[in-house]
Amino acid sequence: MRRVFEVFRQERKGQPLQHAGSLVAPDERFAELYAREQYGRRQESAALWLVPREAVHEIGDFPDEFDLKYRRVDGYSIKERLREARERASSAEPAAEGAEGAG
Amino acid sequence: MSARTDLLLQLADDELILGWRDSEWTGIAPFLEEDVAFSSIAQNEIGHARALYELAAAELGTSADALAFDRRPEEYRCAPLVELRRLEWARTIARRWLYETADELRLAALKESPDPELAGIAAKMDREETYHRLHAEMWVDRLLATEEGRSRLEEAVEELWPYALGVLDDELRPDLRRRAEERLGRALPEVEPIPRGVHEADLAELWEEMTMVRRSAPAGARW
Amino acid sequence: MDTRTQEFVEYVQSGGQVEATDWMPDEYRARLIKFIEMHANSELMGVLPERDWILRAPTLQRKLALTAKIQDEVGHAQLIYRVVEDLGKPRSACLDDLVSGRSKFHNVFHYPTRTWGDVGVIAWLVDAAAIVSQKALLKCSYAPYARIMKKICWEESFHILHGRDVILTLVTGTQEQFELVQEALNRWWEPLMHFHGTPIPADDDPMLFWRIKSQANEDARQQFLDGYVPQIRELGLEIPDPALRKDEETGRWLYTEPDWERLRAVITGHGPASAERLAFRRLSRADVAWVERVVLAEAA
Repeated sequence: MRRVFEVFRQERKGQPLQHAGSLVAPDERFAELYAREQYGRRQESAALWLVPREAVHEIGDFPDEFDLKYRRVDGYSIKERLREARERASSAEPAAEGAEGAG
Repeated sequence: MSARTDLLLQLADDELILGWRDSEWTGIAPFLEEDVAFSSIAQNEIGHARALYELAAAELGTSADALAFDRRPEEYRCAPLVELRRLEWARTIARRWLYETADELRLAALKESPDPELAGIAAKMDREETYHRLHAEMWVDRLLATEEGRSRLEEAVEELWPYALGVLDDELRPDLRRRAEERLGRALPEVEPIPRGVHEADLAELWEEMTMVRRSAPAGARW
Repeated sequence: MDTRTQEFVEYVQSGGQVEATDWMPDEYRARLIKFIEMHANSELMGVLPERDWILRAPTLQRKLALTAKIQDEVGHAQLIYRVVEDLGKPRSACLDDLVSGRSKFHNVFHYPTRTWGDVGVIAWLVDAAAIVSQKALLKCSYAPYARIMKKICWEESFHILHGRDVILTLVTGTQEQFELVQEALNRWWEPLMHFHGTPIPADDDPMLFWRIKSQANEDARQQFLDGYVPQIRELGLEIPDPALRKDEETGRWLYTEPDWERLRAVITGHGPASAERLAFRRLSRADVAWVERVVLAEAA
């Protein structure tokens, strides 16, 4: 059987591995040699990961029916409340200001 | 010409001509992924030839390109094995495997040389050829795994066997036989080695094509 | 057009990207396969005019550089056929169609190469014409193809440098070497002018409708001329079209209208080297058919 292998490559140490393409080979040994050539012959990759296509599970949908955006940054709009709080702070009695000998 | 220069030219010519033969597969290898991989092997061989020619050129007061392209065919010191025109995959794999096995033995000896330049270049070549050996082993394993593959490979090896022995000097030939027989799991025929010194007919045609552009301009022209 | 397709069209026309596992209209898939397959075929057939010159390269450096360039092209063919395969057409079917003449490849690869001058002209100017198109394809709506175009463009950049280096060495060499380049340029100019295809208006081009291409043919040609005519002329080379000039007012290049009938004939397999090249491919494919059989068989 001819097998499809997905190739992930790391450009430089410290960087994430990214999907770079795929190749077809009779087995892992051939796949490794071919991946090394296609994605590394110019020393352009720090590392390669080879994964048989059937081992990759794609997940492509992420429902958000009830708008649970409290879990995200865009779920918060603090502008109004911040404005209110600032206004309140600036119009309040300057209670602590200049107080001396506060008991 | 010193013995050292002669040795360098033997190695360089082997790598150049084999690299040339391997380049004949460009674009027509059995499948695309293999085509790309095989091309790297050919480039490495030409790269080795270049480095070896440069060492010899320093001694002879000439250039690597002049040594590679400006000699007459009879002046080349390559082994007949690399000269054969065999654009057939089983023969190609057999030749690669036999050559790499022989070369490994040759380089192992050279790495021990008291001459630091020779030992150094042998070590570098050996490191790069690890990948060539991996490639050859991979193919030999695959071919031996089926009846058809085995029979094609064995036929090719038998044809090339006397030439393979001719790559090496006398003292290394028993080692080559031992390794090859172990790998194939059978004895190889007793044959007269076909050594360096007399060129195959195929070399003349190769040389014509290899040097035709270069010869079309006066010596010293830049390309 | 049904609603789903209409939505898809709006999606790609506003820059949306499509992945291999997404739903796509049949027409989109069919056009993609045809277009991308032709690209893969072209990379593969492009190897044939050039490969002989590896064997004839006049210096070790040129031999290495040319081998690496062609290796890249084979690698590109591999990447691109994989994209086609994931769209639903297996590589073996593509190769069958190629060698039987049922599918097409770019005009430039239907021509013979005659001299070392051709090697320089192809690596410099044909690859330059190709890179204009390839850069535009970076924006292809089909994401797997757009992604491999990045790798392809990166690798092609060295090809052009290598080509230009070969040309510069020849034009500063002997008179015969200069003439090698001029003569090659004379033969390659028409194929170069044909390269980007007939000047279909953008609105009539289905490739643009589906955002497979993002640049009209004539714009690509103009971009090529703008970049390369000055570079060619500054070397003292003559371009074999006396009408070629830039209209300073419009900024557009004017030229003798290429023979589009000839392009059509070439593309449908009647170019000077088409038959011979396809025969060569057919033969070499037959020669190595046993290898696939043996390599893919279960171990004995």
